[in-house]
Amino acid sequence: MKSKKANIPVNLFFIAFSLCFILPFVLIISSSITDEQALLTNGYRLIPSKISFEAYKYVMKSPGQLLNSYKVTIVYSLIATGLSMIVMTLMAYPLSRPNYKYKKPVTFFIIFTMLFSGGLIPTYILMTKYLHLQDNIWVYILPNLANAFHIIVIRSFFQGLPSSLVESAKIDGARELQVFYKIVLPLSKPVIATVSLLNLLARWNDWNTALIYIRSKELYSLQYLLQQILREVQFIKDMAESSPVAGISINLTQLPSETIRFALCIVAAGPMLIIFPFFQKYFAKGLTVGAVKG
Amino acid sequence: MPRIKKGNTSLTIKKKSRWGVFRENFELSVMLLPGIIFFLIFSYLPMLGIIIAFKDYRNNLGIFKSEWIGFRNFKFFFTSQDAFRIARNTVGYGIVFIILGIVCAVTIAILLYEIKNKLALKFYQTTMILPHFLSWVIVGYITYIILEPNMGILNQILNFFGINSINWYLEPKYWVAILPVVNVWKTVGLNSIMYYAALMGIDEQLFEAATVDGAGKWKQIRHITIPSLVPLMTILTILHVGNVIKGDFGLFYNIPRNVGLLYPTTDIIDTYIYRGLQTGDDIGITTAVGLFQSFVGFIMVVVTNKIVKKISPENTLF
Repeated sequence: MKSKKANIPVNLFFIAFSLCFILPFVLIISSSITDEQALLTNGYRLIPSKISFEAYKYVMKSPGQLLNSYKVTIVYSLIATGLSMIVMTLMAYPLSRPNYKYKKPVTFFIIFTMLFSGGLIPTYILMTKYLHLQDNIWVYILPNLANAFHIIVIRSFFQGLPSSLVESAKIDGARELQVFYKIVLPLSKPVIATVSLLNLLARWNDWNTALIYIRSKELYSLQYLLQQILREVQFIKDMAESSPVAGISINLTQLPSETIRFALCIVAAGPMLIIFPFFQKYFAKGLTVGAVKG
Repeated sequence: MPRIKKGNTSLTIKKKSRWGVFRENFELSVMLLPGIIFFLIFSYLPMLGIIIAFKDYRNNLGIFKSEWIGFRNFKFFFTSQDAFRIARNTVGYGIVFIILGIVCAVTIAILLYEIKNKLALKFYQTTMILPHFLSWVIVGYITYIILEPNMGILNQILNFFGINSINWYLEPKYWVAILPVVNVWKTVGLNSIMYYAALMGIDEQLFEAATVDGAGKWKQIRHITIPSLVPLMTILTILHVGNVIKGDFGLFYNIPRNVGLLYPTTDIIDTYIYRGLQTGDDIGITTAVGLFQSFVGFIMVVVTNKIVKKISPENTLF
């Protein structure tokens, strides 16, 4: 067996390694609470050289755009995840049934989309010219309703359930949809939780849909908003200017531009950063299920 | 109560007409419908759109009325200076990411296996997996804090050691290292946890027997640990091979911040296509590049799968 001694260098390594993951977050937090002038002269520091909550004050004064993007992201993430779970489980169930006649061609039909795609330009032309999804909340939801890989993961799990359950329910006269809804789904909570979380995470972190298809600011997703803020100082000023709160005047010349970026990043991304790691164990478990050959 | 179908089925076994088969599978087929419609519209219709690659696409004429020009778009792209650069970057980074990713994740997993303290283990795993929950945009914020030329942490450290500041966003050569480091930082946590989960499945007795036989740590790792991780490695590699040619738009767009000077080492097929879409003037050529990308990706996955099938048939993807 391993001795305790051998563990010390390994532990030291992991402590250093963990710091590589924690320190960046400390950096963002400390940058957001540093005084703008101190930051410009001293640079980013792990420990703020002069603490100031000015950036957060600006964010709180005109939270309009931020709240709006939060709302957009929450709404579309939840709707998209829910709808895609319905579509994907409904699709995975027949494919998990050994005696389903069209299993092979349909499986091929799905797997082929993993291997080959039309690419960005044809998709873009289809979405904008023919489906008119540009600048439309549905563009966040529809194009990602189903994912071949996730369907295969769910199907593999369904296949692992005892087939006698399905058969006996059918002998008792249950229709397929009843079997699916009353027997298969309740037994499949682990895989449904995992795939839902994967979907939710992907929707939440989606920034390029907005980059490509969204023009109006009311429909900006959170991540896209963050990207705009990181890229453009001008954007921060526009946000402050178009503050929906009446009677508040913001002196634009004094608007901190560096610190406000990080304050917005904290306000926007912070909650998720706290919530998601709690799902860690499900992810590891579920993904191991997915890596098993289907 | 719904009618009993079982009796029906046994009767129809003898003369299974096409209609009979259809009716038996009708309910299950209906369940498939939403998914099938989805894939038809959002996956297969764009595939038809690749005919743009063979056309001189004019926005006002649309896909069908634009003029056919055969392979001229491909010819134009392959003779341009961009072709070599983006192909090299896409495939080069892809291969580096796969190899570096596996080596780092497996090493970390093996080291994690040595940690017996439950609480410490949990702490290390949680911190490592944090980046997995972040979007590339937020990882962009982090790299910006580190690499910013005047205020960034990295230059502060360099200055501390008496080295002059480097303007990272103007020097393409450094990005060959920066991008892989960022990629490993974001992905190593989750991957090593998956490998760790696989390690937990190994029978402890194997190690004990090896110890009795006098095998040291290295021998145990080489002969027990690594071989038991091979199935997971192959599956993950096949999955990644398909993505090699696809690149990771989030990484390559957000981390170098689309700085033109860095294109020699940061431009991949995806960022190239995105710029083509933005400028909108050579839609035909850009589509041709996209088609080339999908085609090569397809071939690579199929070939990798074939190779794996030859070596160890049970580890294939399909």
